[in-house]
Amino acid sequence: MSDLELRNITKQFPGVKALDNVSFEVKNGEFFVLLGPTGAGKTTTLRCIAGLSKPEAGSVLFDGELVNELTPADRDVAFVFQQYSLYPTMSVYDNLAFPLRSPMRKVDEENIRVQIVQTAEILQITPLLERKCAHLSGGEMQRVSLGRAIVRDPRIYLMDEPLSNLDAKLRESLRVELQHIQKTQESTTLFVTHDQIEALTMADRIAVLNKGRIIQIGTPDDIYDRPATTFVAELVGTPRINLVKAVRENGNLLVKNSKLKISLPEDWDPPADFLLGVRPEDIKPNPEGEFEGELTLMEPLGVETILHLTSGEQTLISLIPGMTDFKIGENIKFDINQERLYCFDNKGISLLC
Amino acid sequence: MAEIELRQVEKKFGELHAVKPLDLTINNGEFIVLLGPSGCGKTTTLRMISGLETVTGGTILLDGKNITWLHPSERDIAFVFQLYALYPHLSVRQNIAFPLQAEGESRDLINKRVDEVVEVLQIQHLLKARPGKLSGGDQQRVALARALVRRPAAFLMDEPLGALDADFRESMRAEIKRLHIDQNATSVYVTHDQVEAMALGDRIVVMSEAVIQQVGTPNEVYYKPANIFVANFIGSPGMNLVQGVYSDGAVKMPGMDNRYEVPEDWENTLKQSLDDSDGLIVGFRPESAAVAQDGNLVGNVYAVDMHGAYSMLHINMNEHDIVHIRADRMVNYSIGEDIRFNVDPQMVRFFNPASELAITRREVE
Repeated sequence: MSDLELRNITKQFPGVKALDNVSFEVKNGEFFVLLGPTGAGKTTTLRCIAGLSKPEAGSVLFDGELVNELTPADRDVAFVFQQYSLYPTMSVYDNLAFPLRSPMRKVDEENIRVQIVQTAEILQITPLLERKCAHLSGGEMQRVSLGRAIVRDPRIYLMDEPLSNLDAKLRESLRVELQHIQKTQESTTLFVTHDQIEALTMADRIAVLNKGRIIQIGTPDDIYDRPATTFVAELVGTPRINLVKAVRENGNLLVKNSKLKISLPEDWDPPADFLLGVRPEDIKPNPEGEFEGELTLMEPLGVETILHLTSGEQTLISLIPGMTDFKIGENIKFDINQERLYCFDNKGISLLC
Repeated sequence: MAEIELRQVEKKFGELHAVKPLDLTINNGEFIVLLGPSGCGKTTTLRMISGLETVTGGTILLDGKNITWLHPSERDIAFVFQLYALYPHLSVRQNIAFPLQAEGESRDLINKRVDEVVEVLQIQHLLKARPGKLSGGDQQRVALARALVRRPAAFLMDEPLGALDADFRESMRAEIKRLHIDQNATSVYVTHDQVEAMALGDRIVVMSEAVIQQVGTPNEVYYKPANIFVANFIGSPGMNLVQGVYSDGAVKMPGMDNRYEVPEDWENTLKQSLDDSDGLIVGFRPESAAVAQDGNLVGNVYAVDMHGAYSMLHINMNEHDIVHIRADRMVNYSIGEDIRFNVDPQMVRFFNPASELAITRREVE
């Protein structure tokens, strides 16, 4: 397993810069997630690393060695796609054996068997080995696809949204499994997704990509607690962060078009006009609370409830544990956790980082 | 305004029973969600109410009137499809006006109704645009406007948010709920997304394998699931369900020394409900358990993940059961570490492993 480094990768498609000066490093044994919306350049990045696409500028390094000129086969990476690419008429065993039986590798059948048995155990697919792939469920197929990548022990795993075609329950359990396998095997993994929950829950570090550019690289804590821009702040967390226009006045900050007045946190020095960010879980109803709003909508989700609290023309979303007896139309007093406020300039750049 | 009643309504496609005979009453002004995985029969049920699908048996009543064999256009019910189904060559205004024009309404009335409905949905600025130029969310608003403009007795919606991005879905969900609170039209909404169902429904109809599994408020299906299917399907992750064997006031579970002492107020009920095997499934929600040094359940850490506002611990109790416990954001555990926890006695549920049904607690006499 080896380090991967991208230095100033630029990839041009007709009319668009798909990747614009992208640099990052994946450490040995790290689970690194590229997170971004459709069209951000995530898959293009993976293809440049695998050698399936050639960047106009920049370098791809494995273990510090330039691999720009190597063919995909010589790069020794394992690719797991969103669509499982298994041979339907072959058994699971033969599908797993396929990459090892490649003439380039010259692994003998006894060793192939040992490796497949090990891999099947890790992924809990031992009972499926003799089955034809055409007879597997979606979750089983994706497990076998992962198996085919793992069995080779490549330098690095490149995973392109491998969970996004699965139904919610299966995605949840495979996500946990994948995380467990990666942590216990310490396999270097670059995982691409548009799903913020996948990124937060699995990553050691996340790179947020938008329109071909890296916006921020950091741990899930960094990305969630210290977003560099409003784009990052809105990308992670459900419900979405509250972002409201605010003005500064005599040591207070006033939320525009509302009656909300919050004392300015000590270490803040925002301009006269700025954007205030508050995570929904940091707004808590409290009968003694400092602020007040009308409950205009309520969405019970079981484990928690979303409250829409309106003050003037401004609605803040609050997320509270469990179910509640509040009634729509009620006036509710609440607190805002003033230690967890976010502050951005009018261009959306964080003023706290 | 309308009350919809389904009596023994069923649908067969050849040999396949898409919907087995079901009874359901949808009250006037109520927002009902049909929830279940793909193939459970929820969309077929909705299509039978609309008249787009004929029934194989049973009766459908709208305000007491038998509409089972009426043509869809005669039912006074509006349908919002998953895909926007807008006419690309018509402007937004023409799209919204279309159903009224088809009914031969006067131009004045059409203009008045269109103006009202675009104000409710705040899409006045889009009236001249063509649907192809709009974002997914705006197209969905236009589709909703076109359904609303007819002022139907009831609304049927088939995964209207399914095609939208996650954050759009969140805000459109709130808009649909807002709209329902303002208009109070009887609504039937189909989704496979349990979060959407919980957020929107006055009541939820959980379906699986062509059968209604439970009808209840969000509170009921979440806290008092009728069976194992509902317990697991509702919630993300679903309810933890661990099978063990009951004896002398405790459930012995596989793995380490897992012995769950049953709350006293459950003992009588359990003794009477168990069959000879004494098998019992203990169920608890991830937020109803807490890590405690002297906890009477134990397992080892399989994975820990951060969800922003909280962390989820995945704990391996034995070779079959990984349970999920919701914990504080800042927890720090390593994989393989032993961990003890307790389950809130108020929140625990029990299920019969053979029937998979929930055991209802009998009050002590």
